[in-house]
Amino acid sequence: MTAELMIEAEGLVKTYGETRALAGVGFCVPAGSVLGLLGPNGAGKTTAVRILTTLALPDAGRARVAGIDVLARPAAVRRQIGVAAQDATLDGLLTGRQNLALVGELSGMRGAQARTRAAELLELFDLAGAADRVVKGYSGGMRRRLDLAASLLTRPPVLFLDEPTTGLDPVSRQRVWEVIRELIGSGVTLLLTTQYLDEADALADRIVVVNHGQVIAEGTPRELKERSRSAHVEVTLAEPGPEAAEVIAPLVGGLVSVSADGSRLGAAVDSAPGLATLLVRALDQAGMLVDNIEVRQPSLDDVFFALTGAPERESEGASA
Amino acid sequence: MTVPATTLRPRDAAGTRLMIQDLGERARNVLSMTRRNLVHIARQPAELADVTIQPLLLTVLFVYLFGGAIPIPRGSYTDFAVPGMLALNLVTSTMGTAVGLATDLHEGIIERFRVLPMWPPAVLVGRSLADLLTDCLCALVVAVTGLAVGWRTGAGPLAIMAGFALVLFFTYALSWVTACVGLTSKSPESAASFGLIVLFPLAFVSNVMVPTQHMPGWLRAVADWNPVSAAAAGARQLWGNPNPSASIGAWPMQHPVEASLAWSVLILAVAAPLASRFFRRRTTG
Repeated sequence: MTAELMIEAEGLVKTYGETRALAGVGFCVPAGSVLGLLGPNGAGKTTAVRILTTLALPDAGRARVAGIDVLARPAAVRRQIGVAAQDATLDGLLTGRQNLALVGELSGMRGAQARTRAAELLELFDLAGAADRVVKGYSGGMRRRLDLAASLLTRPPVLFLDEPTTGLDPVSRQRVWEVIRELIGSGVTLLLTTQYLDEADALADRIVVVNHGQVIAEGTPRELKERSRSAHVEVTLAEPGPEAAEVIAPLVGGLVSVSADGSRLGAAVDSAPGLATLLVRALDQAGMLVDNIEVRQPSLDDVFFALTGAPERESEGASA
Repeated sequence: MTVPATTLRPRDAAGTRLMIQDLGERARNVLSMTRRNLVHIARQPAELADVTIQPLLLTVLFVYLFGGAIPIPRGSYTDFAVPGMLALNLVTSTMGTAVGLATDLHEGIIERFRVLPMWPPAVLVGRSLADLLTDCLCALVVAVTGLAVGWRTGAGPLAIMAGFALVLFFTYALSWVTACVGLTSKSPESAASFGLIVLFPLAFVSNVMVPTQHMPGWLRAVADWNPVSAAAAGARQLWGNPNPSASIGAWPMQHPVEASLAWSVLILAVAAPLASRFFRRRTTG
């Protein structure tokens, strides 16, 4: 079964002054699936979303949403999409209910219809109690949820969520995840940008990793994790040991990153039974005391380390 | 996970929709935006000071400060001043349009408007209509204050309404000029200061407070051709209030009502498309 493509981007290029935000990005999202656009700050995620949602014009490249050319017919595209931007796009002087009603009316809904749908979404997003309060007084999590609700008013078939949980506390983050999961169940096509691998992992069917305005990897969450090795180990030494990296390199079978003061080591590893014991023993034999050792699932840092062969810190410095 | 194709394009008939329906939708967009701006005003009543307290103060001050000092042929200064005060306060109130739009452009909500399937100029038209309503409030304050300090008119109800409508229409046209200012300003603050620089000379170098007869020649020429003078003189003529400009040869002073209408149409014809273009430029890229 070949699913229809609901989002198509091809060779998108966008330059802001001296900064090349996008250097030829392309991806596509089949109907009813979720794509996670993963990358650090300044990678070009938001620029890609802005082009696909008719907010920005690319210098080169093509984009189609729901089969409609974004550059040729932006107004028609706007009828198919729901957008929740990174900074909540709400009217601070209106109440939550008034915000949703306004968005509904401006989307072509009749007043009564818009108000009914607004009430429905306020309930769904746990905002019914705050519905008649002015949005200026909302917390970050409430704003984000209201913005999500605003993007869903007309039940658009294609949704764009730009970093929906950045800056949220863990509880609000879970709440937003729940809401997104419910949406996914309803059959929409979703493009989600995020800086967090666990978020992409939890919500996306496929992940496209972008950095410096280019796609550097693409695949299912599982495929990417395999490419970035299956786990990450971090060792904290009692005293900085410059030679420690050489000691553990044969055991982890790859590159070892060392913190600036030389007391912390990190490496992507294949989780092997007894790996922690082996590492501690080897370091002990080399005369180094281990304060802490931690083996965990790969983070975005690790994915970047594995994909680009350079620690994330450096790439961030270059793109800032 | 696939969605039936029919639900994917619920409104694909957009392109073939009838023009009448399109117009109806645009009108509803404008109405929604107007209402939104009125809710803003209701939430920040202090922002109404320039259409309530300012006209009250200025009308009282001018009538009592200048009343005795400026002789008006064939009438009282109060009867001469109130139509002028109407024009003065309405002209300066158009700064609100500039500040309001500049503020809108700095709020996140503008990004929301831009991804909605709405008629984008509704943002501008809705703003201008909400401001027109506050201008009506301003006109009411001037009228009531004027009556309280002794302003009288012998004109009939129709002529009275026509006088207010004339100045309000001019103000509406002018608000599209200040809309351009707001749309090209870097911040609401710079919109306010630029508005002040333009609007104050425009309002003061006119016949609103004093007859132009005693001004130096070049300034008098400017004042007699100033559209604000035409609006004020037009109201004076319609209301049967003292209108010393009637003895001035310049065409707008001989035909102030026609001149005010002509100025308003001309300003609107130039400024409205320009504002629409500035808005488009600010919201794409």
